[in-house]
Amino acid sequence: MGVAREEKRMAKVPIQFVLNGDEKAEFVESGSTLLKVLREKLGDTSPKGGCHQGTCGTCSVLVDGELRLSCLTLAETCEGASVTTTAGLAEGGVLHPLQRAFQEGFATQCGFCTPGMIMAAKALLDRVPNPTREEVVDAISGNICRCTGYEPIIRAILSAARSNSHHAA
Amino acid sequence: MELRKNYFADERKDDLHEIGQSRPRSDAPGHVTGKTAYFADRTFPGLLHLKMVRSPHHHARIKGIDTSEALKHPGVVRVLTAKDIPHNLYTILILIQVGPEDEYVLAEDKVRWKGEAVVAVVAETERAAQEAVDKVKVDYEVLPAVFDMEEALKPGAPLVNEFHPGNFYLYDSGDHRKVRFGDIEKGFAEADHVLEQTYASSPIEQAPTETTGCVVMPEGNDRFTCHTNTQAMFFTLDNTSIILQMPGHKLHMVGGTVGGGFGGKVDVIVEPIAILAARLTGRPVSFIYGRYEEMQISSPRAAEKIIIKDGVMKDGRIVARKVTGYTDAGAYSRHSPYGAQKGAAHYPGPYTVPNVWIDTYCVYTNRTPSSAMRGFGVTIADFALEVQMDKLARLIGMDPLEFRFVNAYRDGDMKAHRQPTTGAALIECMQEASRAANWPVAEKYLQMSSYKGG
Repeated sequence: MGVAREEKRMAKVPIQFVLNGDEKAEFVESGSTLLKVLREKLGDTSPKGGCHQGTCGTCSVLVDGELRLSCLTLAETCEGASVTTTAGLAEGGVLHPLQRAFQEGFATQCGFCTPGMIMAAKALLDRVPNPTREEVVDAISGNICRCTGYEPIIRAILSAARSNSHHAA
Repeated sequence: MELRKNYFADERKDDLHEIGQSRPRSDAPGHVTGKTAYFADRTFPGLLHLKMVRSPHHHARIKGIDTSEALKHPGVVRVLTAKDIPHNLYTILILIQVGPEDEYVLAEDKVRWKGEAVVAVVAETERAAQEAVDKVKVDYEVLPAVFDMEEALKPGAPLVNEFHPGNFYLYDSGDHRKVRFGDIEKGFAEADHVLEQTYASSPIEQAPTETTGCVVMPEGNDRFTCHTNTQAMFFTLDNTSIILQMPGHKLHMVGGTVGGGFGGKVDVIVEPIAILAARLTGRPVSFIYGRYEEMQISSPRAAEKIIIKDGVMKDGRIVARKVTGYTDAGAYSRHSPYGAQKGAAHYPGPYTVPNVWIDTYCVYTNRTPSSAMRGFGVTIADFALEVQMDKLARLIGMDPLEFRFVNAYRDGDMKAHRQPTTGAALIECMQEASRAANWPVAEKYLQMSSYKGG
């Protein structure tokens, strides 16, 4: 029992950041990844752990608007930051244009890559509102879709960009 | 989408409500909002983590296992070996009469492939479990291994699995599945040309983005809820029940959305040991493959070797087809005896051939056990068959698509395994493919039909 207690007493560090617009404060084990803190401490399971080594993109989130792999991001480095996940995209029950485009365009199959894919697409559209097909392909090149639905995904992102620009106009 | 209504018009009522319509997927709203719950999206207070000690050898005798240092490692709660498993020997398809039990949940006296599970370590954190895995000492005596199917079938080859003497799966038909139709030698004697070719494939990993795993919660009263991403809920339930010697009503298997399977999650690997760990510790347990395990440990599609010998006439008719197929099960059966059998039924492909001879073997080697993947047993067979069809067409100087029209099965034709053909639509599919791909064929083929006499 002694050793188990010792394990549980591992040093915890306080961390505070904004998740999808809400202030969050937690004590986390030093060295915890942002992915682990989001999923296990804060209950936001929209980012997925597909490889835990930064190669599949299923854990993609935005940190202060920058696309980040949450499985390789230490939670402590997000102190004071603003973190956005797919779970926070819909506003008042109204889907984000990307979510709508993925849903209507059959750009999800098993769904496991979808939250990461949508965040990668959002990072692109926030920066380049009217991307070319090549820019879309490049933006999702770090996200693996094993159901091989890349074409509908690319079309959905382009379609969301078009509907965004209609809104703007 | 376009519905071609000129085909089989007399068989169709045209009262379709769904086909041809675009319907929203019922699971898409959950997927795009991140609300879809996958098995690993459940967390429980006090969750323990299970990690596996695996064989570094392809074939070795286990002379001793020392878990004492691992048990002392901070955070370790329990270490499991073969003797902790109530019924350690199993095989996935046992309840549909594909036996014998030939695989150990945790290795006993031997390991038969590199990566085989030997000791399970359960700890407070993943890190502690992994560190303790590295502290388990297993004393191995390395044995000769065999990796090639034809080598494995030779007399004197290393015996991979004691339940399969001769390194082949023993069907009720003998050491292979067979199909005999017509007179194969007469067919070859009549043929204008004979072509024999060998085709081989490597194992293929399914590579789902979500790795294999489960999270188990003890419910009290010796009942357990197991959140799993299995593709085979009832194989999981019945095998876990046998392995743990527990009635099914104590095992509550909860499935749901699977983050990609492709056949890679049809085996029963993580659930029995995780439920046992939850039972022995009284705490929730998760056993989730890392990416390395998903790629290296989970069963891939079987490697296959296929030898096709065809007799063909100058006018395009295939008059004899002899196929010898080898399916590499790896060290244990899992789904491969079924896959090899499926292959036997699938040849000679969607073609009517009067003289057919098929032998398919399920062979044991010291490779990672293979199992299900997308059309296993027929996908590689079709690759071999269709490449062979192109080669035959070239050999007699015929257009490859017209060559397939000549040989296509049609309603009423007797298949090699004695099932009469019904509901064939190959001719019509090829007619449509000819148009869609702008690959013209002679008018007489466009006038053909799958109907008997058509």
